[in-house]
Amino acid sequence: MANITVNPTRMELTRLKGKLRTAQRGHKLLKDKRDELMKQFLETVREVRSLRAEVEEELMTVHKSFTVASALMSSEAMEQALLYPKQSVELTQTSQNIMSVNVPVYHFQTKTKSDADIYPYGFAATSGELDTAVDALGKVFRKMLKLAEIEKSAQLMAEEIEKTRRRVNALEYVMIPNTQEAIRYITMKLDENDRATTTRLMKVKDMILKEALEERRMADAQAAERYAAQAE
Amino acid sequence: MATTYRIAVIGDWESVMGFRALGLDTYPVTSVEEARERVRELAQAGECAVIYLTEQLARDMGDVIARYKDELRPAIILIPGREGSLGIGRDSIQRAIERAVGADIL
Repeated sequence: MANITVNPTRMELTRLKGKLRTAQRGHKLLKDKRDELMKQFLETVREVRSLRAEVEEELMTVHKSFTVASALMSSEAMEQALLYPKQSVELTQTSQNIMSVNVPVYHFQTKTKSDADIYPYGFAATSGELDTAVDALGKVFRKMLKLAEIEKSAQLMAEEIEKTRRRVNALEYVMIPNTQEAIRYITMKLDENDRATTTRLMKVKDMILKEALEERRMADAQAAERYAAQAE
Repeated sequence: MATTYRIAVIGDWESVMGFRALGLDTYPVTSVEEARERVRELAQAGECAVIYLTEQLARDMGDVIARYKDELRPAIILIPGREGSLGIGRDSIQRAIERAVGADIL
């Protein structure tokens, strides 16, 4: 497959083996990370679902009571009543680290301490329905903030899981097989070279031996000739 | 990390007026374009940690929501407006699951 352009050298082989080891370790770690993230994510998602259902339902009730209130009051009076808020909310955000994903944690402080003290209007000119609506909204707001927190966490975790999943797959199906292939290629090439060298050496040895034999024969022949000449 | 942030609520006037009494920043808008602009402004100013957006508006501004989905701030959270829930908020969780798992498993 793919990259056969590697240099079949021992140095490259050592390098690739190191790379493979790293890739395999990384793969294992990332897989663990993905599994843990997934576990946390599914927990969060379950929570988000039930909380969202609750919030939506309660918000609808709140909307309904606002509708009733606005039916009983003129819209100008209503606007006037709600125009200048008495309450103010300050939000501080810290983040929590879940498997290297930074998820937000919100804390909020309200300006007025008591929940009963939030009505920004006098009671004389407004209908009682408005009080109920504002009160209910105040209650649902806490849940809404919690919802914001976990829904954002879920979104951020989803992104991280997607990334991790891709990395795991890339390592598992591309990087590791490719490296293994390259290692196999180099090993085979090196073995082939070894065999070639051995054969060459054997051949050379053969040739040298043959030469030596020839020389010996030649020497023998000369010696025989000399001996024959002496004998005459 | 002690910076304080605002909470914004964007939607039609009837849907957001109640939140004003709670001391949240309400931005009554009348059109999707206006809402889009508002979200962008708020996100760029960086003072808002959470933006609540009514589903009626969110329906036509998926691009803006997607743009801020992967950022820590602001968290754009959909709430049902006065006309009732359109199920977009629930769908977005579903999509998050599909994105993470690669399939719908729940």
